Amino acid sequence: MKELLKVKNLKTYFFTHEGTVKAVDEVSFSVNQGKTLGLVGESGCGKSVTALSIMRLIPNPPGKIVSGEIWFEGKNLLKLNEKEIRKIRGKKISMIFQEPMTSLDPVFTIGHEIVEAIQLHQGLNKDEAKKKAIEALKIVGIPDAEKRIDHYPHQLSGGMRQRVMIAMALSCNPTLLIADEPTTALDVTIQAQILRLINDLKDKFGASVMLITHNLGVIAEMCDYVAVMYAGHIVEYTNVDTLFYNPLHPYTRGLHKSMPRLDLEVERLDTIKGLVPNLLDLPSGCPFHPRCDFSFKRCVEEMPELIEVENSHLVRCHLVKRSK
Amino acid sequence: MERKIETKTQELIRRLKYNKSALFGLVIVIIIVMCALLANYIAPNDPNPSPPQLANKLKPGFWSEKGIEGAPLGTDSLGRCVLSRIIYGSRVSLSAGFVAVGIAMILGITFGVIAGYYGGWVDALIMRIVDIMFAFPALLLAIVIVAVIGQGLDKAMIAIGIVYTPQMARIIRSSVLYIKEMEYIEIQKAMGSSDGRVIFRHVLPNSIAPVIVYGTLMLASAILDCAALGFLGLGAQPPIPEWGAMLSKSYSYIISGAWWAATFPGIAILFSVLGLNLLGDGLRDILDPRLKT
Amino acid sequence: MEKLVEVKNLKKWFWTSKGIFGKKEAVRAVDKVSFYIEKREVLGLVGESGCGKTTCGKTILRVLDPTAGSIFFKGQNITHLKRKELLKFRKRMMIIYQDPFGSLDPRMTIGSTIAEPMEIHKIIPRKEQEEKVIEIMGKVGLLSDQINRYPHEFSGGQRQRIGIARALATNPEFIVADECVSALDVSIQAQIINLLQDLQKEFGLTLLFVAHDLSVIKHICDRVAVMYLGKIVESAPKKELFDNPQHPYTKALLSAIPIPDPKLRRKGQILMGDVPSPVNPPSGCRFHTRCPYVKTRCKEVEPELKCFKNIHYIACHLFS
Repeated sequence: MKELLKVKNLKTYFFTHEGTVKAVDEVSFSVNQGKTLGLVGESGCGKSVTALSIMRLIPNPPGKIVSGEIWFEGKNLLKLNEKEIRKIRGKKISMIFQEPMTSLDPVFTIGHEIVEAIQLHQGLNKDEAKKKAIEALKIVGIPDAEKRIDHYPHQLSGGMRQRVMIAMALSCNPTLLIADEPTTALDVTIQAQILRLINDLKDKFGASVMLITHNLGVIAEMCDYVAVMYAGHIVEYTNVDTLFYNPLHPYTRGLHKSMPRLDLEVERLDTIKGLVPNLLDLPSGCPFHPRCDFSFKRCVEEMPELIEVENSHLVRCHLVKRSK
Repeated sequence: MERKIETKTQELIRRLKYNKSALFGLVIVIIIVMCALLANYIAPNDPNPSPPQLANKLKPGFWSEKGIEGAPLGTDSLGRCVLSRIIYGSRVSLSAGFVAVGIAMILGITFGVIAGYYGGWVDALIMRIVDIMFAFPALLLAIVIVAVIGQGLDKAMIAIGIVYTPQMARIIRSSVLYIKEMEYIEIQKAMGSSDGRVIFRHVLPNSIAPVIVYGTLMLASAILDCAALGFLGLGAQPPIPEWGAMLSKSYSYIISGAWWAATFPGIAILFSVLGLNLLGDGLRDILDPRLKT
Repeated sequence: MEKLVEVKNLKKWFWTSKGIFGKKEAVRAVDKVSFYIEKREVLGLVGESGCGKTTCGKTILRVLDPTAGSIFFKGQNITHLKRKELLKFRKRMMIIYQDPFGSLDPRMTIGSTIAEPMEIHKIIPRKEQEEKVIEIMGKVGLLSDQINRYPHEFSGGQRQRIGIARALATNPEFIVADECVSALDVSIQAQIINLLQDLQKEFGLTLLFVAHDLSVIKHICDRVAVMYLGKIVESAPKKELFDNPQHPYTKALLSAIPIPDPKLRRKGQILMGDVPSPVNPPSGCRFHTRCPYVKTRCKEVEPELKCFKNIHYIACHLFS
């Protein structure tokens, strides 16, 4: 299978007056052609920063991509200059964000924004671009696209705004779509619509998707591969079936058990003890050890490596053994 | 696992260090405050010697050979040491500024909180009065008030305080309107708090920050306006060493070559206003969360 | 069982005007809602954003004043009580908010935050307050040496614990928990859910649990009421509602939730369209614009909430 995006040893740090925040530390993964990779984790685990690093949108200062490689269609994105990256950003790689309310400019009609994006990246004239924009709005399921194109963001509901964002993101036929919590701000019935839309469009255009979420249900629904992140590190990386039926990292297992579920009846939820760690003051060794029920001396002293347990199932834990 | 958490004051000091102009303003303000506090010790002469040393009138300062010893910035038309009067004048100006801004704060916070918290017709009434007061230029309004209540330094302070009240009321009102919508205020209703408790325990402490910032900026304008009233003869009356009054008593002598008696009080006004403005602007930049990085 | 809280035909409309001279329009946030909560029961109020569930909870506590209808607490009508008369009810009912960042006064230590309801209702002498605060802090899993800290020093989950401690300060019988776990991380959410369940059992609390997440509702509640556009469309004991959902909206809501199991990926129908605006709710049944089984009658006549099998209430013309 062809690798579309390959991230190798990415380190993105933020240098604040309170200390260095290692938001993303030694993260490696890849996204295959036509597949969906899920990045899952709790707040502050570095999943959004990973996405912004790929887009080269890390605010500097205080943030900086310290080292690593991001290979996309044969180019290392971290080596490109600002002009070259702009050709890729928004055209080859598009991103949609959590909050459709704030990512659209309230003073422009939605059409204006899409038309502009199309003109910028495809060099079409205004009428052609507008035709294309209407087509894009129709594809994402906006009724009356001809009329809606002249509406302002506040005239649309949250779900419609997210559709507009997706239309914008897809208007230039990107090969990679990065969706950062695309449905977190939406109601469940709208979430179902948007998730299905993303899936349909992915199949239609043959794009790859990198989906960032904290919701394991969404992961199960959408993804082929999953990377679980904790405190800036990938702790488990495998295909979706293995992640749900044979998770090995204690954190992944804890996440599964701490979720109330519709399909299962439990008297009491199992919890992961303690708090989500502060990135300014990470525990020694494995960052998960203070919350882990199985931690032992080595976990406190030494950071485990991400090792391959079985075929393409990677786990960062001292409890697992490398496959021979 | 505990992390050191910066207190608000520590954060303020850290941010101040990076803001050079605010730091400069702070230094000037500290100098003026020291002058005011230690005037008795640092002023070389009595600002109002009695009997008046008329023989020494309009003597130049250290730059001229005609100058007299003990008056480095020269003397005024009544033979008083200009430097000493400026140093003592910092007391008058600062206290006038503080009193005026204090009056504006007390009245402005009262009306602003009432308007913002209760809303409705109370708000409409207070804010329309505020609008009307805003329609007049500040100094003109102060002159009208002085004309009604009489002249003098104390009256000038009251007048300036009243003139600044609307501005203060507006600032605090907008701040209260924002705080009022917070859930920690809404839950007060669920707990059964009285209005007084909500206002004094929660609304006021949380909406006071902008008042501090604009209070500093207002202090600068108050000193300037107080000097202006003094210059017009409506504020401090002789022989109080007030910068504005000193300026107005001495400017006619500039033509005859005695420029120092008017220039140095002017410079004192300039620097104190500049210092307070720089400090106030700096504080606003530091405390305004929208500008935080 | 004794009914602790009951609301009858509760209405809460907000008035908005478009422009300066525009006509005033009513946002019908809660429109003729009736239900009851039994003593020691956990009732879940579930629905999508804008369905009026939060407004409903706040109106019951008289944080918002109802437009019409009546609210009963232990059989006493509290709908029109004045502030002073309400005071004795206030300490028996409390609220926990969704936003652990906005619901705590940033300038108050958590000790005084938790003590505040005790102070307002003068339930214990000042001297014993601190002791009581420390006791409650222990109950919600906070350490006693954190008593003089400020809210910004805590994480979201811990702040929510502070909010819960404050709600418990006056030993209330009834608590409205307004989306109180939705803003939390998964691992923290489980801790808070367990805490709420433990406290509910220990203190015999009656809870109105307002949430949009049916999985959480299913886990914590005894009975569930589903709201859509200011109306209750279905209510039933938990088991009945989840095993045997009847209203098309409840069914749609249930099938829209992604199950964390890749083998159960949904293939079925998903609900189309958006939630209409509560300013101009659709005529007849409010769900008819999105309902896959819509009939002419649904567009004209509003269905009543009718009782089936003694326990299952449904407002739908398909069942009559």
